[in-house]
Amino acid sequence: MSSSETVPESAGISDLDKRPTTPQPFYWSVCREVWENRSIYVAPILVAIVVLFGFLVSTIGLPERRREVLLLDSAKARAAIEVPYNMAAIMLILTAFVVGVFYCLDALYGERRDRSILFWKSLPVSDSTTLLSKATIPLVVLPLVTFAIVVATQFVMMLWTSVLLISHGMSPASTWTYVPLFRNSFILLYGLAAIALWHAPIYGWALLISGWARRATFLWAVLPFLAVAFFEKITFGTSHFASMLKDRLMGFAPEAFAFQMHSIDCPQLTPLKYLSTPGLWLGLLFAAAFVFAAIRLRRYRGPL
Amino acid sequence: MATIEARGLRKTFGTTVALDGINLHVEEGRILGIIGPNGAGKTTALNAILGLTSYEGELKVLGRDPWTSRDELMRDVSFIADVAVLPRWIRVSQLLDYVAGVHPRFDRAKAENFLARTTIKRTSKVRELSKGMVAQLHLAIVMAIDARLLVLDEPTLGLDILYRKQFYDSLLNDYFDRSRTILVTTHQVEEVQDVLTDLMFIDRGRIVLECSMEEFDSRYLEVMVNPEHLSAARALKPMYERPVFGRSVLLFDRVDRGQLETMGEVRRPSIADLFVAVMSPHSQNVAVSGSARREEPAGQANQIGAAK
Repeated sequence: MSSSETVPESAGISDLDKRPTTPQPFYWSVCREVWENRSIYVAPILVAIVVLFGFLVSTIGLPERRREVLLLDSAKARAAIEVPYNMAAIMLILTAFVVGVFYCLDALYGERRDRSILFWKSLPVSDSTTLLSKATIPLVVLPLVTFAIVVATQFVMMLWTSVLLISHGMSPASTWTYVPLFRNSFILLYGLAAIALWHAPIYGWALLISGWARRATFLWAVLPFLAVAFFEKITFGTSHFASMLKDRLMGFAPEAFAFQMHSIDCPQLTPLKYLSTPGLWLGLLFAAAFVFAAIRLRRYRGPL
Repeated sequence: MATIEARGLRKTFGTTVALDGINLHVEEGRILGIIGPNGAGKTTALNAILGLTSYEGELKVLGRDPWTSRDELMRDVSFIADVAVLPRWIRVSQLLDYVAGVHPRFDRAKAENFLARTTIKRTSKVRELSKGMVAQLHLAIVMAIDARLLVLDEPTLGLDILYRKQFYDSLLNDYFDRSRTILVTTHQVEEVQDVLTDLMFIDRGRIVLECSMEEFDSRYLEVMVNPEHLSAARALKPMYERPVFGRSVLLFDRVDRGQLETMGEVRRPSIADLFVAVMSPHSQNVAVSGSARREEPAGQANQIGAAK
């Protein structure tokens, strides 16, 4: 940003040189989303601070417990030591999901509510560019932000544990061998990508509702699904629709990972199985349709 | 190529007719003021021109169809709606970054120069600025865009008189030249009277008057008639008559100035006076329409002013 402020003003330079050579509407539209929605990084950072604080409190008496844990066999020791790190990651992934959904629900509604859609539409940025930049936030930006914050949080947790162990005359090696930060980061990145793609239709639906509803976007987005689920339960006594919804929320896990003994620790990655899941591609198809509909819809939309 | 070319432009919302088959032809280098009562269809017409609403009929702006190619059109068209459309959360510096990043014809240095003349801080958020400062900021951005058409929809609404004056002064001195075209709607007609080159009254979705300002000055005369000449003056079929301080002021269309001067004090009417005359119920039978300019509005009674 500071680079564009150093525009040369010397008299010898022609008008053409003063202007940016090629406009980058997509890049700047993504920037604009991040400027407006600071919750994209503020919310995960706040959650990370809470997690770290909780961890700090939980480490009272850690050295004694660590001595006991190390008496167990290595699999159980690893599980015990890894738990808080996995919990931290899960909390932050959950936060990213909630932030992503609420971001999408406001993305096309907010600009109509505050009339700024008239300003955005007065610039040479197409509805497609606008929508794609908005879809980029939950699909790319939030996963990357989450990744960075999870890794940083886990690193701080490990450092603190090490300091604590060393100050009690113990070796911090158990933490660093049982919590392999590099391998965990790789699993995390894979998991974030799998989750983002699996949830893509949810974000697409939220964007569409956000461009369509005149008020109460959350209710419009959620109530129809609950209504159908209730209707099915009451009328037929079955819950296929509800389990379909649940699968859309959580179904990525059994496809993208192979877990051992119902534990979330140390999962095997199964990318090929994941990529051959029809649910993934069906979801992406729906996501594309929702975003396409939202692009068309924005053309007709003005201030509320 | 005309800047704006519309034929039979029509827009309905349910059973309400917002635009009832308007013909429009605006040449490059004009400043056209569109004046009309609330709900007359001004904003709908501007929205159609800006690609913000769909329409029936033919419309070409700078040779493009605004509805299907809004984003391309916006490289050459700038637009200020009323002052409240800049996003309130954005910082001034972010706004400049963004526009510089997406607009091929934005000259950032120029915008910075305009802003340097104001008290607007780069680090301020729009929500921290006063209404007048927001208008200055938006104007600074728009004036730094090398556009061919500028559309202003009530640009000075809610601004105090100093800002309003400044707004039009900047526009005329630092922005307007004969290669640009400006379209403006406003209720503050007295402020634009000396700015406009062309005038259009619109009511209930139809154009009820269109003329250039030269034509306006030569056609319309207002006379404060001396009481002894009142019946003679009325015989010349004034468009409108109103009492001022116990005397009658009559507004004439195309009546010889010399003849009128024998009856009282003659002066140029204001746009507001003509507007009242054209819009008031008494004068509905003397529908007025420009003759010097282009085609006749479709399906409209085209009586040329009452007097010969």
